Amino acid sequence: MDIQDVLEFASQTSPGMIRSHNEDSVTYDAPSGLVVLADGMGGYNAGEVASGIAVSVIASEIRQQLQSVKPEKIDSPSGDEVGVVLLRENLKKANFSIFNAANSQPQYSGMGTTVVTGLFYDDKVAVAHVGDSRMYRLRGETFESVTKDHSLLQEQIDSGMISKEDARTSKNKNLVTRAVGIDTDVVPEIHVYEVQVGDIYLFCSDGLNDMVVDEEIGSTLHMLKANLPLAATELIQLANDNGGRDNVSVILVKVNGKFSAPRGWVEKILSWFKN
Amino acid sequence: MPAKLILSMDGVVLKEYLLNKERTTIGRKPHNDIVIDNLAVSSEHAAIITILNDSFLEDLDSTNGLSVNGQVTKKHFLQNNDVVEIGKYKLKYLNDQPAQSTPADFEKTMVLSRPVKTGSTSGNAEAELLRTQTNAIKSNGSSDTPAPVAKAPTPAPAAAQVHQAAAIQILNGPNAGKELELVKSLTTLGKPGVQVAVLARRPHGFFITHVEGVKFPMVNGESTGEQPHQLNDHDIIELAGVKMEFYFKA
Repeated sequence: MDIQDVLEFASQTSPGMIRSHNEDSVTYDAPSGLVVLADGMGGYNAGEVASGIAVSVIASEIRQQLQSVKPEKIDSPSGDEVGVVLLRENLKKANFSIFNAANSQPQYSGMGTTVVTGLFYDDKVAVAHVGDSRMYRLRGETFESVTKDHSLLQEQIDSGMISKEDARTSKNKNLVTRAVGIDTDVVPEIHVYEVQVGDIYLFCSDGLNDMVVDEEIGSTLHMLKANLPLAATELIQLANDNGGRDNVSVILVKVNGKFSAPRGWVEKILSWFKN
Repeated sequence: MPAKLILSMDGVVLKEYLLNKERTTIGRKPHNDIVIDNLAVSSEHAAIITILNDSFLEDLDSTNGLSVNGQVTKKHFLQNNDVVEIGKYKLKYLNDQPAQSTPADFEKTMVLSRPVKTGSTSGNAEAELLRTQTNAIKSNGSSDTPAPVAKAPTPAPAAAQVHQAAAIQILNGPNAGKELELVKSLTTLGKPGVQVAVLARRPHGFFITHVEGVKFPMVNGESTGEQPHQLNDHDIIELAGVKMEFYFKA
């Protein structure tokens, strides 16, 4: 099956109830199976600029490069799948663009952004993230965060200093340990996961998971999985009803069928005819 | 404003201590930051590790132990107004700043300039952690940020959740008479795959929204369409052939 026939997308973003600016940027590209979400930071409108650059660089570059490469192939120098290389290289490209813009224009000085981006191919999803924007997965009844934040709080949880429950009352939220655009290079964390039919993936900025507990996000997705745009709207409303103290963005991806890459010559020929 | 501890005994305040160090020690010996000269107190009794705005209390294998709010504990993540008891002495922890000190400071995600090391909670690891300078990317602090509170629409505080309880009662079919209280923020109604609607409990009321199915829910005989529809007391909902009444509970 063609990837755009089996993946269903929905996205929503809101400045929240308190802030006048929306520094989040989101996009998805169904034919490429690509999702990009960024949560910018920086004075005045620099946060929007940083997240906007990240999203447009990553989305346009990957869309274009997918014309000539297959994400499921193995990249020869690195030994990684091409999909992983595409995410890594283009995150670095976005980092470079933001860093240069920040250094050439004083009003953008110090801007940066978190990024979470997913590329679906061959019954898999490759996820790259930097900072505290997340990807969650709902599979059957199980809803869990797949990415682990690059934040002070997460490091404290990992080292056992603070429990996950206690972390909710921490006064040290919003301190990220990695961001895109603040240094000459960036190290994204990238993992590849098998995808199952029926899975729902949620990409979100911290404006969602800071305002709504995971259990409630999961049950909302579970209840409204038949209507993805409504699920996205309800999630934003939950965050805003709980105070909406930050920008909040969500992208939902529902897997309605398999999308394995054509293998063997018969399948390959058939796939040519389909295009 | 750093968090502070107020030392008291028998209701008499003895001293106030600011938690402005990464490690504040409590004990009987004079080298401690908080010295309690009493034989029930071990020479090095406890320590408080403070990381930015969070403080953690740790028992240093003291002879008589310590308790927080009446519970004996070895390690505790201190919350505003916690009372730490060591023998007859009480230490009240005060950290009344909200999660972020002002609304303008909130959601200001910042980047720590160096990866933070959080190893064990003892010795050099946390000293290293606290030397890590935080590099506020968003440098226009609350002073020159246009007051977002004034401009923004009044946020609905979490406490303003619908006070009024509401329920639906099924009016026909095999389940007639059954009542379902709407306690959760979302409740789905109907048959999956046939017709489903969701009832959302929001700060300003209850709303019904179509989720799936070729037919839309009916309220008082009229189709709601795809948009959320606010429910009024005694509205009649019709969904997948089932009629139900929505009402507020006293």
